[in-house]
Amino acid sequence: MQPTNLTIREAHELLTSKKLSSVELTQAFLQRIREIDPKIKAYVTVSEELALEQARKADERIAKGENVTPLTGIPFSMKDCISTRSVRTTCSSKILENYIPQYNATVTDKLAQAGAVLLGKTNMDEFGMGSSCENSAFFNTHNPWDLERVPGGSSGGSAAAMSASLAAFTIGEDTGGSVRMPAGFCGVTGIKPTYGRVSRYGLIALVSSFDSIGPMTRDAHDCATVLEHIAGHDPLDSTTYQSPVPSYTQHINKPVKGMKLGIPKEYFVAGMEAGVESAMQEAIRTYEKLGMEIHEVSLPHTKYALPVYYLLLFAEASANLARMDGTRFGLSISENAKDVIDIYLQTRRAGFGDEVKRRIMLGAYALSAGYYDAYYLKAQKVRTLLRQDFETAFSKVDILLAPTSPTTAFKLGEKTSDPLEMYLSDIYVVATNPAGVPAIALPCGFSKDMPVGMQLIGKHLDEQTLFQVAHAYQQVTDWHKQKPPL
Amino acid sequence: MSTIDTKTVKHVAYLVRLGISEEEAQKFSVQFSSIIDYFNMLNEVDTENVPPASDIANAENVLREDVVQPSMSREEFLKNAPQSERGYVKVPTVLGEE
Repeated sequence: MQPTNLTIREAHELLTSKKLSSVELTQAFLQRIREIDPKIKAYVTVSEELALEQARKADERIAKGENVTPLTGIPFSMKDCISTRSVRTTCSSKILENYIPQYNATVTDKLAQAGAVLLGKTNMDEFGMGSSCENSAFFNTHNPWDLERVPGGSSGGSAAAMSASLAAFTIGEDTGGSVRMPAGFCGVTGIKPTYGRVSRYGLIALVSSFDSIGPMTRDAHDCATVLEHIAGHDPLDSTTYQSPVPSYTQHINKPVKGMKLGIPKEYFVAGMEAGVESAMQEAIRTYEKLGMEIHEVSLPHTKYALPVYYLLLFAEASANLARMDGTRFGLSISENAKDVIDIYLQTRRAGFGDEVKRRIMLGAYALSAGYYDAYYLKAQKVRTLLRQDFETAFSKVDILLAPTSPTTAFKLGEKTSDPLEMYLSDIYVVATNPAGVPAIALPCGFSKDMPVGMQLIGKHLDEQTLFQVAHAYQQVTDWHKQKPPL
Repeated sequence: MSTIDTKTVKHVAYLVRLGISEEEAQKFSVQFSSIIDYFNMLNEVDTENVPPASDIANAENVLREDVVQPSMSREEFLKNAPQSERGYVKVPTVLGEE
């Protein structure tokens, strides 16, 4: 088998039995990136030198048998909004095009301590604002299943890198579907953990109360392995949970028989592509055969999730992006500036793309005197109702199943002219983030030759059940093993 | 149909310290009106007696001892500053005479 197609477990087995070295595995990925990535354009930066150095260190660790974890020597990529010391971190924005962080995100540190090998940083919609990766200030990323189509967003580069075997795992970030939606479009597995389960320290913030870092992998088992290593309390992020991280992989094989699977009726309405609908019905039948009880449930405020999500995003993003001002780091345009305000105005005008401009202006509008009650406060109240919807549903069932998108991946350029149309492609994935609950996306079929994704949504801090139910599905299906024809 | 005129667009652009041209203001004015119109859908929801959400994970304040710990050196910090002088980030006059 090609080393670039191995699961983390398979690669770990070969590494620890000395049949393959981390340097060899890393070189195989670097070679594949050189060959394939010019077509896909998943990577913004490839950190070859650092990767080979980390791989050599991993090989030493394995040779000595010291401190070997399931991730030691495994090459991965990271969404370009997560800080990596000495490796450029751009958020796919001109304003951070040459920004080299002086410190690591906690997630970066944890993966380095586990011995994982950073291959590079992947493309995204600028600051995470988008659903197709077309808002990257640098270039479009192409869907490995059809190069004319988008990979989804905003973690489109991560999803495409995973799908095209350009990394053994990738780290994405999900503010309102940014892991799950592209995972669905590209046919990979990815989790948005419970808000507060993974430290946000060093993550360049989009929406501080939604942002959740999560792995994207070949299957649910690998996803559980990576999450075990990056989750946990961090004194540098006071919103992280104190509770210990369970060993997700230890109980992943537990049978799902007798568990209750909820089907939210509001997610199965007109507008869903026929092939997506039939893949969902087939997945529900598979779970029925596995002995799960199927129940229809209601999340009555679902249709309001999108306006709540976007209003709160605009508001928080407008405040978070205030730090990109051209004075302490990043792009700075100070020619003919008569005062510091001029530097702000010029730098931000040149440094931000249109979508970022739209969102921060709308955020200021929603927060401004006279509109605060009607928009920001109203959205926070409806957010309470969205959370209550999930609480009510989870008093009846253990887990929910829904599609990740109403359609499969759309064509490049198809939705770029109408911002609202683009927002609507997130309709199934946004509700979880204002509620803080975890959800895992996994492939469940094809519609017109493009992958279809489903998501399983769980209770707060119950990633365990998500992995168990996703893994049970992947034991009896092989959608997650399909590879794009590259 | 809500309308957000170009004057309002220019005002919010200044609030977020974003330079924009007249043409941009016109383009954003049209787009904002349709987006805000969509958001007005929230008016349908009865939120009488519903408290606004304020936190997501931990409901309590998180405190720690106030002790000095190592942090980034000044030299390291200033590596990313576009302009610096004598260990400070340098910007044009912020306060003072016009």
